[in-house]
Amino acid sequence: MTPEELGKLAAKEQKARSACKHRVNVCCAAGCASMNSDKIKDDLQSAIKEKGIADQVQVRSVGCMGLCAAGPLVSIESEGKSVMYKGVTDGDVSEVVESLEGKPIERLNLPTDMPFFARQEKIVLENCGVIDPERIEDYIAVGGYAALIKALTEMTPAGVVGEITRSGLRGRGGAGYPTGLKWGTVAKSPAREGRKYIVCNADEGDPGAFMDRSVLESDPHRVLEGMAIAAYAVGATHGFLYVRAEYPLAIKRLKRAISQAQKIGVLGANILSTTFSFNLEIRLGAGAFVCGEETALIASIEGNRGQPRPRPPYPAEFGLWGCPTLINNVETFANIAPIVDRGFRWFASIGTDKSKGTKVFALAGKIENTGLVEVPMGIKLRDIIEDIGGGIPDGGKFKAVQTGGPSGGCIPKQYMDMPIDYESVKEAGSIMGSGGMIVMDESSSMVDVAKYFMEFCKSESCGKCVPCRVGTAQMYDLLEKIHKGEGASDDLAMLESLCELVSQTSLCGLGQTAPNPVLSTLRYFRHEYLELLRDGQKELAAAGADKGKDGAV
Amino acid sequence: MLMHAPAPGPPSADKRWRIVEAAMRRNGNAGHALIETLHSVQQSFGYIDDDAMRYVAASLRLPLSKVYGVATFYHFFTLKPAGKHTCVVCMGTACYIKGAPQLLDEIRGKYAIKPGQTTEDGQLSVLQARCLGACGLAPAVVFDGQVAGRVNQEQMKTRLTELLSPKAAKA
Ligand SMILES: Cc1cc2nc3c(=O)[nH]c(=O)nc-3n(C[C@H](O)[C@H](O)[C@H](O)COP(=O)(O)O)c2cc1C
Ligand code: FES
Repeated sequence: MTPEELGKLAAKEQKARSACKHRVNVCCAAGCASMNSDKIKDDLQSAIKEKGIADQVQVRSVGCMGLCAAGPLVSIESEGKSVMYKGVTDGDVSEVVESLEGKPIERLNLPTDMPFFARQEKIVLENCGVIDPERIEDYIAVGGYAALIKALTEMTPAGVVGEITRSGLRGRGGAGYPTGLKWGTVAKSPAREGRKYIVCNADEGDPGAFMDRSVLESDPHRVLEGMAIAAYAVGATHGFLYVRAEYPLAIKRLKRAISQAQKIGVLGANILSTTFSFNLEIRLGAGAFVCGEETALIASIEGNRGQPRPRPPYPAEFGLWGCPTLINNVETFANIAPIVDRGFRWFASIGTDKSKGTKVFALAGKIENTGLVEVPMGIKLRDIIEDIGGGIPDGGKFKAVQTGGPSGGCIPKQYMDMPIDYESVKEAGSIMGSGGMIVMDESSSMVDVAKYFMEFCKSESCGKCVPCRVGTAQMYDLLEKIHKGEGASDDLAMLESLCELVSQTSLCGLGQTAPNPVLSTLRYFRHEYLELLRDGQKELAAAGADKGKDGAV
Repeated sequence: MLMHAPAPGPPSADKRWRIVEAAMRRNGNAGHALIETLHSVQQSFGYIDDDAMRYVAASLRLPLSKVYGVATFYHFFTLKPAGKHTCVVCMGTACYIKGAPQLLDEIRGKYAIKPGQTTEDGQLSVLQARCLGACGLAPAVVFDGQVAGRVNQEQMKTRLTELLSPKAAKA
């Protein structure tokens, strides 16, 4: 297919769309699908057929609309107007069909101007819940693969790297490494036996995080396009998508997307009739958290146990089978096409000085509006929790929000007015991480939370280095002892010294960051530990004196 | 270059081995396809037994120790057959703070099994997951492959009874 043909296809799709009077989108992503939204879609389709209006109404299954808590969600666009319905059941189907020509159903109406929707700014998720993820034509109709055409026909590889560098995009996989800088390193590294690789990290191991999953399930082509542009920019011809096996729907959609893309020639040999070729394969993870770490991930793709190795050399120079390898996260790749399409200035105008663009967060835990949100960097934590998230349910009180999963920490309420960007979150003792935000109310014990994450790190440690393998087990035992009320102050002292030891001496990020949940809960909720110690009263009394000072509860 | 004896045939005449063979062939019988191959064994047979590991090792020309090492390193692979019905309780952070541990207690109380175990009659296996990516529906549980959200102890009890009742078993 040539760029012109692709343009024609887009025009044809758009025309077919505007010919329909009503477009009914049913969310069939994981959350709503578990509430039988597939069946609701089928029922809607047959009801519309029965009514004899099938030629005016298009019913499609689309990806995640974000507000998973209110599912199953259905959105209807009719001649410029749009309504959204929440909690749609089998019984509502005929009423929904009737309402197409009449008034919206008050009872099911979900106001789209509520802060949850209105305060978001969508780049990564702009197509999620809007297009059918199983049809490449849908993606093309909303401008998909136009950025790839632009890169291949109007830009040099170095020009693409420059564009990404100037956009200020930073890796969304956790550490926030500047994406352009990484691309530049891979572009400069000489290929080994003619080979360089692109790897998309879709292992999404942090419990409580489901951003990447939603992107893959709702807009898979966006990720493929980002990877193809990256391959062109750094001079790679082959790529892997490393997806966790726990995401069967994402895997299915990716497989379908790859074969569709190959068929129309936006992946494979001589893409869009140019000299550029790029092949893509899926590799399944097998339930090891450590495989999200880039060197362990490489070991896993090579068919080995997922054990990390020391860096340097970095994968950018010495990666898969010793070849220069570019590894980026799903969300990072999903940002690429819009940047190439709209230019770096546009992207750099969003966010803060050092953190550009938007970030997708998965809101979960004790919060009213659980689901997926995309907000500009620099937004206040309070705005996310209270405004977008709708606050704490059941009259509970906010206690802390956990970010960064097992490598992160708990951010307490005195940071509510902190802007969310890489640096501020780090200063507060956590990390931005991949985007999981788990809200806890007063009923959560912070010692229990610390113990929970330590159990996680202990069983996910790959066992290669001693500090992590033995240290996490020791720390877990101490936490359990304290949690049971059997600990004493020397146990706490031992725990603190182990935190330092493990973080300083472990081989990879897993061990280096494993103490973070303990350190951050100790920093803000030390009194909860002390209350559990057999001999904690004295320190507790001393701490009580300056309780008001740092605002600890 | 070492000469190799021709790869042995599959351990039995079971047709499912063809799927495994196809997976290996698709990857040129290369050693790096080990994880993919183990996935296909598990998908076809439900678990990976010793015979399967020997066969895969010989076919991909890898030491058995490596195959065993990889099969036991990854949590997703299991070397034991699961029960007739499975119940996977998510113990990810969101589910944890919304009461997943109490759901496991419920199962332990009623069926005397812990995560990773199967009831003596082989009817029910209980597993725990790290995060199903359905955190918006916490606590999430997968009953025989079907995700259920916001499960409370009462629902857990009824769902399991339904799952194990002879009527459900027949269907
Ligand atoms: C223990 C551990 C687990 C990780 N898990 C993930 C993960 O699940 N997904 C991810 O994208 N990055 C993960 N990372 C970060 C990756 O190593 C790597 O930095 C990232 O994929 C780079 O992509 P980015 O620059 O686009 O962020 C993990 C790191 C560590 C140390
Ligand atoms: S924590 Fe249970 S689904 Fe994510």
